[in-house]
Amino acid sequence: MTKTVVTVKFFASLREHVGQAESEILASDAQTVAAVWQLSTNGMELPENTLMAVNMEYVDADHPVQEGDEVAFFPPVTGG
Amino acid sequence: MLIEIKERSFEPYECLLEYQNTADFSGKYGATAVFVGSMRDFNEGDDVQNMTLEHYPGMTEKYLEKISKEAATKWDILDSLIIHRVGEMLPNDPIVLVAVWSAHRAAAFDASRYLMEELKSRAPFWKKEALMDGDRWVAKNT
Repeated sequence: MTKTVVTVKFFASLREHVGQAESEILASDAQTVAAVWQLSTNGMELPENTLMAVNMEYVDADHPVQEGDEVAFFPPVTGG
Repeated sequence: MLIEIKERSFEPYECLLEYQNTADFSGKYGATAVFVGSMRDFNEGDDVQNMTLEHYPGMTEKYLEKISKEAATKWDILDSLIIHRVGEMLPNDPIVLVAVWSAHRAAAFDASRYLMEELKSRAPFWKKEALMDGDRWVAKNT
């Protein structure tokens, strides 16, 4: 079965900032990670230093997105 | 090689011993480098009451595995272990255990330092501190 959606996840302070942990958008509506951000946050400004991942690998904002992908946005990491 | 995310408090030295006793490098290691990171009751000049650690399930494990494999490629080590807490914790609670075994000390020292530094800059974990007057996300990873 072909998934036509892109799953979008937000973590930590960015989750609180955008007011949602997870959403889905139609893959046909967004071709890049930057476009996924625009659509899933209703055009909020992307905070400086935001990290982005596609299918759990770090990418840049212009990275292409395909149906079935999981796109994540989060602030700089602070583990350890 | 073992990667583990713990949702409850753990005793790093017991975990270390338990892993070492079942590992297949018995008799081969001359060096064990161990790092334990614990929660402080202060940060940036403020008292910290407790802390919540969030992670990105799946990606966190993926990156811990990635850096462990990188360390094994860069240095002549026998094995490595990373255990990291998530969830709510209190001052003195262990946050992270990194251990590396090798035949000679240099590889264990260097690889354990590498694992900690890479964990801190690449593994998706986030700390939120509870202070007397509210919560704040940790912004600087010193």
